[in-house]
Amino acid sequence: MPDYKWPEADQRTLIGKRITRVDSPFKVSGRAKYTYDTKRPDMLFGKMVRSPYAHCKVVSIDTSAAEKMPGVKAVHIVQGAGSEIFWAGDEIVAVAAVDEPTAENAARTVQVRYEKLPHLVSDAEPPGNLPEGGPLGEREIRDMYFTQQVPAAEVVAQIQKNGIDFKPNEELLTQAKQVGMPDAVVDAIRNAKIIPPGEGSYYERAAAQTQGDPDKAFSEAEVTSEGLYGVPVITHCCLESHGSIAEWPDNDHLFVHISTQNVSGIPGQMAEPLKMPATNIRVHQDHIGGGFGSKFSPDRWGIVTAEISKKAGGKPVRIMLERDTELEVAGARPSAYGRVKLGAKKDGTLTAWQSQSWGTAGPGGGGMPPLPYVFKVPNQRKEHIAIRNNIGPARAWRAPNHPQACVITVCALDDMAAKLNLDPLEFFLKNLAITGPRGDNYREEFGIAADLMAWKQKWHPRPAKVSGVVQGVGLSLHTWGGRGHKSDCDLTIYPDGSVDIKLGSQDLGTGTRTAILVVAADTLGIPMDAINLQIGDTLYPPSGGSGGSTTIGGVSSSTRRAAVDARDALFAKVAPVLDAQPADLESANGTLRVKGNAGRSLSWKEACAKLGAMPLTIRGKNPDPTKPPDLTNSGVGGVQMAEVEVDTETGIVRVKKMVAVQDCGLIIDLKTAESQCYGAMIMGISYSLYEEKIMDQTTGRMLNADMQFYRLAGLNDIPELVVHMMTGKGYDERGVIGLGEPPVISPGAAISNAVANAIGVRVPFLPLTPGRVLNALEQKAGA
Amino acid sequence: MSDDPKQAEERAGVSRREFLKISGIGVTVPLVVGPEVVLAAGEEVPVYGPGKVPIELTVNGKQYKLQVEPRVTLLDALRDDLDITGAKRVCDRAECGACTVLMDDKPIYACALLAIEAQGKPITTVESLMQGGNLHPIQQAFVEQDASQCGFCTPGFVVACKAFLDQHPHPSPEDIRRGLSGNLCRCGTYKGIREVLAQAAQKGA
Amino acid sequence: MRPFDYVTPKTQQQAVSLLSTNWGQTEVLAGGTDLLSLMKDDVLAPKRLVNIKQLPNLRGVTYGRQGLRIGALTLLAEAADDANVRKNYPVLAEAVDEAASPQIRNMATLGGNLCQRPRCWYFRNGFGLLPKDETGKDLVDQGDNRYHAILGNDGPAKFVSPSTIVPMLIAYGATITITGPKGNRELPLEKFFVIPKNEGEREHDLRANEIVTVISVPPAEGLKAAHYEVRQKAAFDWPLAVAAVALKMNGSNVSSARVVMGQVAPVPWPSPEAEAALVGKSVTENAARAAGQAALKNARSLSHNAYKIQLARVAVKRAILKAAGGAA
Repeated sequence: MPDYKWPEADQRTLIGKRITRVDSPFKVSGRAKYTYDTKRPDMLFGKMVRSPYAHCKVVSIDTSAAEKMPGVKAVHIVQGAGSEIFWAGDEIVAVAAVDEPTAENAARTVQVRYEKLPHLVSDAEPPGNLPEGGPLGEREIRDMYFTQQVPAAEVVAQIQKNGIDFKPNEELLTQAKQVGMPDAVVDAIRNAKIIPPGEGSYYERAAAQTQGDPDKAFSEAEVTSEGLYGVPVITHCCLESHGSIAEWPDNDHLFVHISTQNVSGIPGQMAEPLKMPATNIRVHQDHIGGGFGSKFSPDRWGIVTAEISKKAGGKPVRIMLERDTELEVAGARPSAYGRVKLGAKKDGTLTAWQSQSWGTAGPGGGGMPPLPYVFKVPNQRKEHIAIRNNIGPARAWRAPNHPQACVITVCALDDMAAKLNLDPLEFFLKNLAITGPRGDNYREEFGIAADLMAWKQKWHPRPAKVSGVVQGVGLSLHTWGGRGHKSDCDLTIYPDGSVDIKLGSQDLGTGTRTAILVVAADTLGIPMDAINLQIGDTLYPPSGGSGGSTTIGGVSSSTRRAAVDARDALFAKVAPVLDAQPADLESANGTLRVKGNAGRSLSWKEACAKLGAMPLTIRGKNPDPTKPPDLTNSGVGGVQMAEVEVDTETGIVRVKKMVAVQDCGLIIDLKTAESQCYGAMIMGISYSLYEEKIMDQTTGRMLNADMQFYRLAGLNDIPELVVHMMTGKGYDERGVIGLGEPPVISPGAAISNAVANAIGVRVPFLPLTPGRVLNALEQKAGA
Repeated sequence: MSDDPKQAEERAGVSRREFLKISGIGVTVPLVVGPEVVLAAGEEVPVYGPGKVPIELTVNGKQYKLQVEPRVTLLDALRDDLDITGAKRVCDRAECGACTVLMDDKPIYACALLAIEAQGKPITTVESLMQGGNLHPIQQAFVEQDASQCGFCTPGFVVACKAFLDQHPHPSPEDIRRGLSGNLCRCGTYKGIREVLAQAAQKGA
Repeated sequence: MRPFDYVTPKTQQQAVSLLSTNWGQTEVLAGGTDLLSLMKDDVLAPKRLVNIKQLPNLRGVTYGRQGLRIGALTLLAEAADDANVRKNYPVLAEAVDEAASPQIRNMATLGGNLCQRPRCWYFRNGFGLLPKDETGKDLVDQGDNRYHAILGNDGPAKFVSPSTIVPMLIAYGATITITGPKGNRELPLEKFFVIPKNEGEREHDLRANEIVTVISVPPAEGLKAAHYEVRQKAAFDWPLAVAAVALKMNGSNVSSARVVMGQVAPVPWPSPEAEAALVGKSVTENAARAAGQAALKNARSLSHNAYKIQLARVAVKRAILKAAGGAA
């Protein structure tokens, strides 16, 4: 059996080193072509007519003026008369014309009459007198069992008690079984009462769970602490907006350039709505200008782009979202707020958790974040109310649900530490025993972070009174899975020595291209630039979507297996020439040689010539139980510390320093791994201090769908950042684990805690704006 | 559906005749060639648009002739008409800096300038910074410091940094605060960009 | 953006005669950094743009016994870098240098900075400058007004005057020259800004066929001045409050003062209350704080912007202390 396992530290030539990103030269020179930059022959430009109302019915549509307009090539009704619209900015009509100004003129002539319906765009705390229960949604049940890990028996009881609000057809039930839902739950769904969701019912009890004996634990608690915490809806604000260019080379084949995190997964999602086989859909993307979780699907506008292209005789049509639409409809992170009560012993041991949380993910309502986060408090009672409203659909945003859970939990713990007059570092260390298997990692990471932050020197008890400019420090911790996704990789060695690698993957700016080349080059013993890597096309073997920090584990594993097999196949060809056994050969520095005998060698080129006339292609896969060991793993930990300065007269918060200590198993490229952490902290500072999707209750519109009042942190808002990656023994041998999500989880809690440490009072909600900080200070002064 | 832009204009309800009726200013004098003119303060002033008009742009030292409506921005003309796509369209409202180009060697937002106004002024885009196949030292520094992730803000940032460092070879933090505030990044590459500036400051660019 | 005619007059007379007498028909294009955004958002849909960038004698700064003359077409970057401005009005140079971003300062004109439209998000989203719902109820009052006015907000106008430079110019006693069909008129800069009472009125005393041509600032010798902005972000961010202060001192006491706030009212907001609180006093932390209190004495918060009263007080206080501590 070939040896697929990752090389030992002393054998690695590239893996784990600081390797410069391979596509940077193209990006810094403007040569990298994104979907938005792509111009196809005779390309038409599409524009959408969008709903101005957050909830309405389309009464009538008149497109006659647009259809007669010179230069207009197609007009397509997306949601016709009678359609109910659930958020402002939703697509009603599309037009395609010879240029963008003409398309804009045409869209403006379309007359749509709407009947306005009542809307809700708020995610304020739900009224206290909600009816108990209410029917369960399909996703709720899934979340309950898989995400919140509610025992099957309790899930069954909830289904029997509350009923369900969907029709459980057999296909759905089979699917549920396939993904591992226990038979008892599936049977309960099959036999459940079906209760249609109430007309205009905005609130849905998404979870209500009890573990242990919270009443007893609270009555016995020596100290209790209560608080309110939360994070609002924020947007993805990808700099390259969502969109695509669709064209029909012939009547049966579709060719799509699309800005996506999911190249291989797009055809399957377009096939059904377009009623064509997925195999007839080709998708291509060279570079993507940001996704952050919002670009997995073709979206309705992507389907519309294909449809209107067909109407226009198959000519390429480009529809990229405008910035305001991008912010209004193309991605939002669900909000989450919670009232938390904690119980503890005087020595700091946590004993009880109680939370009433709520939040919205738009029309779908959303589920409960994983509360309490990381700390498995022995006695718990928690309930979550999902608000179904009209702000537009939420999407996965880096580490879905974790930043929210982290703020609600870690800030509550920090307040408990303050109540106990404990340094939160001591308090968190004390309770690491209930964090599960990562406890020792967290302990080690907290130790390193504390040194890098000079925590002992900087931490002080919360001040009773403040004036002027004050400083504080705060900490947080987080976890994530990150097991590698399914990935196929074709590696071809040509007799002339050239090598190419093909995967239907994508590089979100995380360094995927670089990582694939590092693994292949390290394995084959040739330079990275000797390999021609092609990704971003459905012509290449399928590789998973880049979400949930699954890419690095997937592509590194499939590439490693392909490269090991290819190398060994080459060894088999050249062994007789070198008068050795294949197992005695090694490949390094562009040379194949007998181990320990540099004299008996062939150059890479000479060796490849022995392949004969035909190139050698090997497919590597992940997962592949036939080719052990498992090269990827799941479960990482990380801790972060923030130091802030708060002007108590203006409430303005500036982050002065942040430290991230992170583990992620075996690191492929240390440089791009560190960049993921730097970027995550910067994004974290941005959402902690500035970001919020602001909705107008009266008109139902997003008020700050632009880049001046939807504030993103700028270059000058970023302080000294320190990253320490855990590597070496205890980490490397775990295998490769993803890193995109974890470091973006902690900043909110760490910064909020630092502000509380500085000003002596909790600012309940992010972002920590001057208004909120001053308000908290005023309440503290009045208390 | 015909392709005649003249008809388009008539049907869109913005014909010149109608416009002049509303505004009550000047009389159109049809010329044999070239644009129509209005009389203003006793002199003829040419009127361009609202249909496509011929313009000339000088981009990266090259002359381009193109036909655009007056409402087309320099950014859209570069990208859609000339296929020079280094400058990106992100906010399209002079807020994010992804469209930064140089005009008369000064950084501007190409999204906030009409193409018709850019005539006669040298425009420099990120594409021109490479010389003979080699990256400009600032571009090289961006590569070494890993100052790009998704890369969509990067061309604008590179152009803004180049203009800034030309002006401030040894920038102070205060210079940086005021002089490099006009570009935003979403992935969080600011740490790398700060290293680029620090590196340049040391070398004196 | 809707289609429009584009003309480039060569003289002020031509420019003025190419402009319509009615708002809505024509707009003046100078830097364009704000105008084009408004047109892309369909808040403005002029049928003609009159590009005045070619007009002679309106770009550049001169300085003499009368003080400073800044042509309205002078770019912000040019004004901030001008040797006379830096030497004689360093705080004005600083205010200009703090405005927006380098790219905007290389495009936007000082005249345009005065004429830019409010950043009110209801206005920018097409609900009007004095936004109302279908029943006639004020959208700002019932909506999210966290960035709206805390002074001068008892009428239908709740937006805030956007320029961050204007308060300093007013504190320096600037006047502007406006050119129209009947020639020039000159007025104190603070009179240029008006609070509209009806939708369709603008927030400037400017007719549709007039252009701002010159900004004049009297000599500032002996003035102690300062400018202070409370901003969430370190740079390129709309401030939450601005204060500009110019003090004349008699020994260690203030003999006269100008205190002007920005981002607090639909117009730049001079505060005679703060000025009165300062005159005759030496500038101490307490005196500055009292002036800040006085400046906001008549403030009235809306549902979401009470914090701005505190921010404006602090801005005034800090500007006064900065002025007393520094040179003109």
